[in-house]
Amino acid sequence: MAVEVRIPTILRTHTSGEKIVQGSGDTLQALFTDLDSRHNGLAGRVITAEGGLHRFVNVYVNDEDVRFTGGLGTTLKDGDSVTILPAVAGG
Amino acid sequence: MTGNKAGRLSDVLRIDRALVAAMVAHARRDHPDEACGVIAGPAGSDAPLRHIEMINAERSPTFYRFDASEQLAVWREMDDRDEEPVVIYHSHTATEAYPSRTDVKFAGEPGAHYVLVSTRAEETADVRSFRIVDGEITEEPIELTGDELAVQTYKIGHTPTSIVYDCADRH
Ligand SMILES: [Zn+2]
Repeated sequence: MAVEVRIPTILRTHTSGEKIVQGSGDTLQALFTDLDSRHNGLAGRVITAEGGLHRFVNVYVNDEDVRFTGGLGTTLKDGDSVTILPAVAGG
Repeated sequence: MTGNKAGRLSDVLRIDRALVAAMVAHARRDHPDEACGVIAGPAGSDAPLRHIEMINAERSPTFYRFDASEQLAVWREMDDRDEEPVVIYHSHTATEAYPSRTDVKFAGEPGAHYVLVSTRAEETADVRSFRIVDGEITEEPIELTGDELAVQTYKIGHTPTSIVYDCADRH
């Protein structure tokens, strides 16, 4: 499954400045495992030590917020587009 | 030397008076809940031009969060127009216009000017601007451009180098 992943500014230190990277995986979980093998540390910025999505990172598959489509278990198909955005939040 | 670690960041926010007034008006309208939004500008220009009011998904007087779907739509649109979020603003409705610990913790746009609007005083809002990079807050002066407004609804900043307006007379 070849997937295009859009990387936000704050995470581009993990992708040598690249705004869009390619990855593969049947699920979001598998995709991040794949990405992390080439972009060291990227997965850790999105996935917690407990194995869930960080609360303040938004991940979208084809414009759908994955919180409503199964989180890291969201399935991917060829040509899907994944977008990562840091939530804009505060107190 | 602290702050401006990225080097390329300018250390002043230059912004049209009308845009500051628009942020303040938004903050007043949503008071006592926190208001939040973006002012986009051409990528690399550091010039805030296009004001976008965002929904505070938390609808709370002590917390804000952009609605995730709206954020994606707005970020896409900026991408398509070759813009970036030059200013990210939100209001504090009972405290000063200074980033809270939560604000610093979640600051995810190192290239943005974080503008804080305090609406705790009824007549005159306080407006201050900050860089938040790697957990470090650096206040910066705000330089106002554009025409003077008939009614001054806010005053600017607290840094020694900033322009301070005391003319908050609304009569
Ligand atoms: Zn705040």
